[in-house]
Amino acid sequence: MRTAVALVILVLAGTGGDLAAAHAMKRIGEVKSFAPAAILRVLGRAFRDGWMWVGIAQMALAFCSLLALLSWEAVSFVIPATALSYVTGALGGKYLLGERLTPLRWAGIALVSVGVMLVCLG
Amino acid sequence: MTPPKTFSAKTFILVTLLVVFGSAGNLLFSAGMKQIGPIPDWSTAALHAVAVKVFASLWIWLGITSMLLFLAAFLLVLSWADFSYVLPATASMYVFIPLLGHFLLGESVTILRWLGVALICLGVVLVGRTPANTTKKD
Repeated sequence: MRTAVALVILVLAGTGGDLAAAHAMKRIGEVKSFAPAAILRVLGRAFRDGWMWVGIAQMALAFCSLLALLSWEAVSFVIPATALSYVTGALGGKYLLGERLTPLRWAGIALVSVGVMLVCLG
Repeated sequence: MTPPKTFSAKTFILVTLLVVFGSAGNLLFSAGMKQIGPIPDWSTAALHAVAVKVFASLWIWLGITSMLLFLAAFLLVLSWADFSYVLPATASMYVFIPLLGHFLLGESVTILRWLGVALICLGVVLVGRTPANTTKKD
Protein backbone atom coordinates (compact mmCIF):
# COMPACT_ATOMS: atom_id res chain seq x y z
CA MET A 1 0.00 0.00 0.00
CA ARG A 2 2.74 2.50 0.92
CA THR A 3 4.46 1.60 -2.37
CA ALA A 4 1.25 2.33 -4.35
CA VAL A 5 0.67 5.68 -2.62
CA ALA A 6 4.28 6.74 -3.11
CA LEU A 7 4.13 5.72 -6.80
CA VAL A 8 0.93 7.75 -7.43
CA ILE A 9 2.52 10.82 -5.82
CA LEU A 10 5.73 10.24 -7.81
CA VAL A 11 3.90 9.97 -11.18
CA LEU A 12 1.39 12.83 -10.75
CA ALA A 13 3.71 15.31 -9.06
CA GLY A 14 6.57 14.36 -11.39
CA THR A 15 4.48 14.88 -14.55
CA GLY A 16 2.89 18.08 -13.22
CA GLY A 17 6.32 19.46 -12.34
CA ASP A 18 7.75 18.68 -15.76
CA LEU A 19 4.75 20.21 -17.56
CA ALA A 20 4.99 23.44 -15.55
CA ALA A 21 8.75 23.64 -16.25
CA ALA A 22 8.15 22.95 -19.97
CA HIS A 23 5.58 25.77 -20.03
CA ALA A 24 8.07 28.15 -18.38
CA MET A 25 10.79 27.27 -20.93
CA LYS A 26 8.41 27.78 -23.88
CA ARG A 27 7.63 31.27 -22.50
CA ILE A 28 11.36 32.05 -22.61
CA GLY A 29 11.81 30.78 -26.16
CA GLU A 30 14.33 28.64 -28.03
CA VAL A 31 17.90 28.59 -26.69
CA LYS A 32 20.25 29.29 -29.60
CA SER A 33 23.60 29.94 -27.94
CA PHE A 34 25.30 27.29 -25.78
CA ALA A 35 28.06 29.51 -24.42
CA PRO A 36 28.18 28.97 -20.62
CA ALA A 37 27.22 32.61 -19.97
CA ALA A 38 24.24 32.34 -22.32
CA ILE A 39 23.09 29.09 -20.69
CA LEU A 40 23.33 30.64 -17.21
CA ARG A 41 21.39 33.69 -18.44
CA VAL A 42 18.58 31.50 -19.82
CA LEU A 43 18.44 29.39 -16.64
CA GLY A 44 18.46 32.61 -14.58
CA ARG A 45 15.44 33.87 -16.53
CA ALA A 46 13.74 30.48 -16.16
CA PHE A 47 14.06 30.60 -12.39
CA ARG A 48 12.43 34.02 -12.28
CA ASP A 49 9.34 32.60 -13.98
CA GLY A 50 6.47 31.73 -11.62
CA TRP A 51 5.62 28.57 -13.58
CA MET A 52 9.10 27.23 -12.89
CA TRP A 53 8.46 27.42 -9.14
CA VAL A 54 5.09 25.71 -9.54
CA GLY A 55 7.09 22.96 -11.28
CA ILE A 56 9.87 22.86 -8.70
CA ALA A 57 7.42 22.46 -5.82
CA GLN A 58 5.90 19.43 -7.53
CA MET A 59 9.33 18.03 -8.46
CA ALA A 60 10.44 18.33 -4.82
CA LEU A 61 7.38 16.34 -3.73
CA ALA A 62 8.12 13.68 -6.39
CA PHE A 63 11.77 13.59 -5.29
CA CYS A 64 10.87 12.89 -1.64
CA SER A 65 8.57 10.13 -2.81
CA LEU A 66 11.35 8.68 -5.00
CA LEU A 67 13.90 8.65 -2.17
CA ALA A 68 11.41 6.92 0.15
CA LEU A 69 10.61 4.29 -2.53
CA LEU A 70 14.28 3.66 -3.27
CA SER A 71 14.93 2.97 0.41
CA TRP A 72 12.70 -0.13 0.34
CA GLU A 73 12.45 -1.21 -3.33
CA ALA A 74 15.10 -2.10 -5.97
CA VAL A 75 16.03 0.66 -8.41
CA SER A 76 15.23 -1.70 -11.28
CA PHE A 77 11.63 -1.91 -9.97
CA VAL A 78 11.11 1.72 -8.92
CA ILE A 79 12.25 3.46 -12.09
CA PRO A 80 10.37 1.16 -14.52
CA ALA A 81 7.24 1.41 -12.36
CA THR A 82 7.02 5.11 -13.22
CA ALA A 83 5.93 4.03 -16.77
CA LEU A 84 2.58 5.76 -16.31
CA SER A 85 4.37 9.11 -16.54
CA TYR A 86 4.69 8.60 -20.30
CA VAL A 87 0.92 8.46 -20.72
CA THR A 88 0.15 11.28 -18.25
CA GLY A 89 2.98 13.32 -19.82
CA ALA A 90 1.70 12.82 -23.38
CA LEU A 91 -1.86 13.75 -22.33
CA GLY A 92 -0.55 16.80 -20.47
CA GLY A 93 1.51 17.84 -23.51
CA LYS A 94 -1.57 17.59 -25.73
CA TYR A 95 -4.24 19.15 -23.51
CA LEU A 96 -2.21 21.58 -21.39
CA LEU A 97 0.61 22.64 -23.72
CA GLY A 98 -1.24 22.33 -27.06
CA GLU A 99 1.22 19.91 -28.66
CA ARG A 100 0.13 17.95 -31.73
CA LEU A 101 0.53 14.23 -31.16
CA THR A 102 0.68 12.39 -34.49
CA PRO A 103 -0.22 8.66 -34.73
CA LEU A 104 3.52 7.93 -35.10
CA ARG A 105 4.30 9.72 -31.84
CA TRP A 106 1.42 7.93 -30.03
CA ALA A 107 2.73 4.60 -31.41
CA GLY A 108 6.21 5.40 -30.11
CA ILE A 109 4.85 6.41 -26.70
CA ALA A 110 2.75 3.20 -26.58
CA LEU A 111 5.82 1.04 -27.37
CA VAL A 112 7.84 2.88 -24.73
CA SER A 113 5.09 2.34 -22.13
CA VAL A 114 4.70 -1.37 -22.95
CA GLY A 115 8.47 -1.73 -22.97
CA VAL A 116 8.71 -0.09 -19.57
CA MET A 117 5.96 -2.40 -18.25
CA LEU A 118 7.88 -5.46 -19.52
CA VAL A 119 11.03 -4.17 -17.88
CA CYS A 120 8.96 -3.84 -14.71
CA LEU A 121 7.42 -7.34 -14.96
CA GLY A 122 10.77 -8.92 -15.85
CA MET B 1 8.06 24.23 -48.89
CA THR B 2 10.58 22.21 -46.88
CA PRO B 3 9.63 19.04 -45.02
CA PRO B 4 9.41 19.39 -41.21
CA LYS B 5 12.77 19.13 -39.51
CA THR B 6 12.58 15.99 -37.37
CA PHE B 7 16.16 15.74 -36.21
CA SER B 8 18.77 18.21 -35.07
CA ALA B 9 22.23 17.72 -33.60
CA LYS B 10 21.54 19.97 -30.62
CA THR B 11 18.36 18.04 -29.72
CA PHE B 12 20.29 14.75 -29.96
CA ILE B 13 23.20 16.00 -27.82
CA LEU B 14 20.95 17.50 -25.14
CA VAL B 15 18.78 14.35 -24.96
CA THR B 16 21.94 12.16 -24.71
CA LEU B 17 23.28 14.32 -21.87
CA LEU B 18 20.02 14.21 -19.95
CA VAL B 19 19.81 10.41 -20.33
CA VAL B 20 23.40 9.97 -19.05
CA PHE B 21 22.98 12.34 -16.08
CA GLY B 22 19.51 10.98 -15.25
CA SER B 23 20.70 7.35 -15.23
CA ALA B 24 23.76 8.19 -13.15
CA GLY B 25 21.67 10.23 -10.70
CA ASN B 26 19.15 7.44 -10.12
CA LEU B 27 21.89 4.86 -9.55
CA LEU B 28 23.74 7.16 -7.15
CA PHE B 29 20.52 7.80 -5.18
CA SER B 30 19.86 4.08 -5.06
CA ALA B 31 23.38 3.29 -3.85
CA GLY B 32 23.07 6.04 -1.20
CA MET B 33 19.65 4.96 0.09
CA LYS B 34 20.66 1.27 0.19
CA GLN B 35 23.57 2.26 2.39
CA ILE B 36 21.24 4.21 4.69
CA GLY B 37 18.68 1.37 4.83
CA PRO B 38 14.85 1.33 4.91
CA ILE B 39 12.98 4.15 6.68
CA PRO B 40 11.97 2.44 9.98
CA ASP B 41 8.74 4.41 10.59
CA TRP B 42 7.15 7.76 9.72
CA SER B 43 7.60 9.48 13.09
CA THR B 44 9.19 12.94 13.00
CA ALA B 45 12.21 11.65 14.91
CA ALA B 46 12.79 8.76 12.47
CA LEU B 47 12.38 11.01 9.41
CA HIS B 48 14.75 13.56 10.93
CA ALA B 49 17.36 10.85 11.57
CA VAL B 50 17.01 9.61 7.96
CA ALA B 51 17.24 13.17 6.57
CA VAL B 52 20.48 13.76 8.50
CA LYS B 53 21.94 10.53 7.06
CA VAL B 54 20.70 11.40 3.54
CA PHE B 55 22.39 14.78 3.50
CA ALA B 56 25.60 13.38 5.01
CA SER B 57 25.91 10.80 2.22
CA LEU B 58 28.47 11.42 -0.53
CA TRP B 59 26.45 9.21 -2.90
CA ILE B 60 23.36 11.37 -2.39
CA TRP B 61 25.33 14.58 -3.08
CA LEU B 62 26.84 13.07 -6.25
CA GLY B 63 23.30 12.01 -7.20
CA ILE B 64 22.01 15.55 -6.58
CA THR B 65 24.81 17.01 -8.74
CA SER B 66 24.01 14.56 -11.52
CA MET B 67 20.28 15.36 -11.25
CA LEU B 68 20.96 19.13 -11.40
CA LEU B 69 22.89 18.60 -14.66
CA PHE B 70 20.00 16.42 -15.87
CA LEU B 71 17.55 19.23 -14.99
CA ALA B 72 19.64 21.87 -16.82
CA ALA B 73 19.81 19.74 -20.00
CA PHE B 74 16.08 18.96 -19.70
CA LEU B 75 15.11 22.64 -19.35
CA LEU B 76 17.31 23.75 -22.24
CA VAL B 77 15.90 21.15 -24.64
CA LEU B 78 12.34 22.03 -23.57
CA SER B 79 12.94 25.62 -24.67
CA TRP B 80 12.40 24.40 -28.25
CA ALA B 81 11.26 20.76 -28.25
CA ASP B 82 7.80 19.36 -27.36
CA PHE B 83 7.41 17.83 -23.91
CA SER B 84 5.73 14.81 -25.56
CA TYR B 85 8.86 14.45 -27.75
CA VAL B 86 11.47 14.79 -25.00
CA LEU B 87 9.68 12.64 -22.40
CA PRO B 88 9.67 9.34 -24.41
CA ALA B 89 13.29 10.04 -25.45
CA THR B 90 14.26 10.10 -21.77
CA ALA B 91 12.99 6.48 -21.61
CA SER B 92 16.42 5.54 -22.97
CA MET B 93 17.32 5.67 -19.26
CA TYR B 94 15.41 2.38 -18.91
CA VAL B 95 17.99 0.84 -21.18
CA PHE B 96 20.92 2.01 -19.07
CA ILE B 97 19.43 1.64 -15.58
CA PRO B 98 18.77 -2.16 -15.70
CA LEU B 99 22.16 -2.59 -17.38
CA LEU B 100 24.08 -0.54 -14.80
CA GLY B 101 21.88 -1.79 -11.94
CA HIS B 102 22.88 -5.31 -12.99
CA PHE B 103 26.60 -4.67 -13.34
CA LEU B 104 27.17 -2.13 -10.59
CA LEU B 105 24.55 -2.97 -7.94
CA GLY B 106 24.19 -6.70 -8.68
CA GLU B 107 20.46 -6.51 -9.58
CA SER B 108 19.12 -9.21 -11.93
CA VAL B 109 17.99 -8.59 -15.54
CA THR B 110 15.70 -11.21 -17.15
CA ILE B 111 14.85 -12.01 -20.80
CA LEU B 112 11.49 -10.21 -20.36
CA ARG B 113 13.35 -7.11 -19.21
CA TRP B 114 15.59 -7.22 -22.26
CA LEU B 115 12.48 -7.52 -24.47
CA GLY B 116 11.14 -4.40 -22.75
CA VAL B 117 14.42 -2.64 -23.38
CA ALA B 118 14.12 -3.51 -27.13
CA LEU B 119 10.54 -2.12 -27.30
CA ILE B 120 11.65 1.08 -25.56
CA CYS B 121 14.43 1.54 -28.11
CA LEU B 122 11.95 1.02 -30.98
CA GLY B 123 9.46 3.45 -29.40
CA VAL B 124 12.14 6.10 -28.92
CA VAL B 125 13.15 5.71 -32.59
CA LEU B 126 9.50 6.19 -33.70
CA VAL B 127 9.06 9.32 -31.56
CA GLY B 128 12.40 10.56 -32.90
CA ARG B 129 10.92 10.43 -36.42
CA THR B 130 8.19 12.97 -35.52
CA PRO B 131 8.82 16.74 -35.60
CA ALA B 132 10.46 17.86 -32.34
CA ASN B 133 8.31 21.00 -32.16
CA THR B 134 4.60 21.09 -33.08
CA THR B 135 3.66 24.34 -31.33
CA LYS B 136 6.05 26.82 -32.97
CA LYS B 137 4.18 29.62 -34.72
CA ASP B 138 6.21 30.68 -37.78
